[in-house]
Amino acid sequence: MEDAARILQLVVNGAASGCIYGLIALGFVLIYKATELVNFAQGDIMMLGGFVAFSLITHFHLPYWVGGLLAIVITAAFGYVLDAFVIRRVIGQPQFAVVMLTLGLGFIFRAAAGITWGYDSVGFDTPFTNKTVNIHGLVLGEDNLSIIVGTVLLCGVLYLFFSKTRVGVAMQAASQNQLAAYYMGIPVRTIFSLIWAISAGVACLAGILLSPVSMIDVNMGFLGIKAFAAAVIGGFGSIPGSLIGGVIVGIVEQFAGYKLPAGFQEVTSNVVLLLMLFIRPQGLFAERMGKRV
Amino acid sequence: MRYLFRTQYRQDIALWRHNGDRFWYGLLTVLVLIAPLVLGEFYIGELGAVYIFAIAGVGLMLLVGYTGLISLGHAAFLGIGAYVNAVLLARGVPFLITLPVAGLFTALCGAAIGRPTLRMSGLYLAIATLAFGSIVGTVFQKWTSVTGGFDGFAVPTPYVFGIAVDSATGIYYVSLAVLAFVMWISANLLHSPTGRAMVAIRDSEVSAQSMGIHLARYKTLVFAISAGMTGLAGALFAHYVRFLAPDAFDVLLSVQFVTIVFVGGLGSLRGAILGAMFVRLLPQFIAIVRDDLPFGIGRLPGLEPSLFGLVLVLVILFQPDGLNGMWLKIKRWFQAFPFKRQASFRRQKAYAKSERLR
Repeated sequence: MEDAARILQLVVNGAASGCIYGLIALGFVLIYKATELVNFAQGDIMMLGGFVAFSLITHFHLPYWVGGLLAIVITAAFGYVLDAFVIRRVIGQPQFAVVMLTLGLGFIFRAAAGITWGYDSVGFDTPFTNKTVNIHGLVLGEDNLSIIVGTVLLCGVLYLFFSKTRVGVAMQAASQNQLAAYYMGIPVRTIFSLIWAISAGVACLAGILLSPVSMIDVNMGFLGIKAFAAAVIGGFGSIPGSLIGGVIVGIVEQFAGYKLPAGFQEVTSNVVLLLMLFIRPQGLFAERMGKRV
Repeated sequence: MRYLFRTQYRQDIALWRHNGDRFWYGLLTVLVLIAPLVLGEFYIGELGAVYIFAIAGVGLMLLVGYTGLISLGHAAFLGIGAYVNAVLLARGVPFLITLPVAGLFTALCGAAIGRPTLRMSGLYLAIATLAFGSIVGTVFQKWTSVTGGFDGFAVPTPYVFGIAVDSATGIYYVSLAVLAFVMWISANLLHSPTGRAMVAIRDSEVSAQSMGIHLARYKTLVFAISAGMTGLAGALFAHYVRFLAPDAFDVLLSVQFVTIVFVGGLGSLRGAILGAMFVRLLPQFIAIVRDDLPFGIGRLPGLEPSLFGLVLVLVILFQPDGLNGMWLKIKRWFQAFPFKRQASFRRQKAYAKSERLR
């Protein structure tokens, strides 16, 4: 019984950190589906979002919910501006130019955050910090549960947004066929910038949800590398896939930390990623596509 | 203005296009050979480091600039070359054997990692190499019986023909020789059918394939060559730093390598060397002007990586041909002196190429 509780606890913790990876991966996938670009600065945008929320809540004394929501809006606006003024300029250049561009942007964000907020870890009080739920002897942190609940809620919101609203449907159209969408009168450029905004907002949410579990610091953007594993497992083009991939990575990581000697936990996501690329590169939920010249 | 009329195939594959090339490169050779007599110990050491980075830069240039594949894990190959060289030297193997063995072993590692990932689009390669780099970094840390872990590993002094290479000047000449060798190999490779196949793959995989180029084979070959050259650079790097620590070979170093290629200018061997000069000399430049900058900018922590990031972003946005492109523009302006034309270097309008249906 003791062991089963332990395993269940590992699963919940893993699922929680996996949801964070999944949320970052969701950001990659949204942008990739629409523009075929991969944003290597996604983790750093999450870091920026976390710091903005920290500033709003700690320095401006806003309540958690208001501050968090405002931080998401600010980060989303930042994502819009980033696409409209920087990323759009390299459309049509080779794909790796965008990889390097976003990597360079990541370095700039990290330095900017370090200059603005310092290099120490910070945190802010949330309604979930240091609280636990006790279910028949199974002790779970509310912070971990809040991540899972928040992710599920976000998925619902995104699903409704993409299937029910005009803008959401326009985004789907623009992702599927730019030219056709353009002919139908969809402002494709604005739509792409909006997708960057959503992706940045999701990253910010991930940062806020993560803050009670691990502190916010300048280097938290390196989580983005683990999120690649999540996105690849999900097939790099599937939104539910990226979340499931994130949860898989998170749980595998927890068990690796439990069973394997110290230090191996950090590389498990990379090993999983490489194994996935070797065995089933199209991911678990790949869209079937033919090759056309 | 010089016009080249090629009447023979031999002219097309010649290393030197005309006597001007021979003269200027000859002069350059003389200059770099006598440099240690003129410059001080510190500058020779730095110049040697520039050569070492240029070797890795040339290797990466073949991969990124000529084949259109990107690797974010070349620091791992540098590390593998460095550790193989140092460990073999410590076991008493002579330097003239450990150096090529380090290169060959790294090339094998490159082939092993490249073979499965190169079947996919370039993006996956970037991600896979990123993951590979991080795994190799952990192996360096954890495999303490061989690498010494965080305690580090003192690199033994190499001997070339019985002469101890322990001074900065010695490393300088060895690096120069290896750089010249790597440049010679690369220049010849690019004029060979393999080199043309690489460029074809970069420009269009589909058309390259339909011309009978075996994509996976050529990509793996180039990846192995590129890794091997970086391994050679790593072997020399071990002697440059003299003391190997696993955290030297992190993602930041990989990004620096790619910065060499991008800042130097994609698709030019000269660019790899210009880029290496830039990447090695920028930190030195910052160190010199640090105290003279206004508002204490020089004292901000994290200045160096952010400057690398900024330069990378600016180059990609505004000068996609890099330093080499700048040099070509200046040369062209002087050659055509009063008749500069705006259109000479205008970029063609580019459209997004979809990789989705591949």
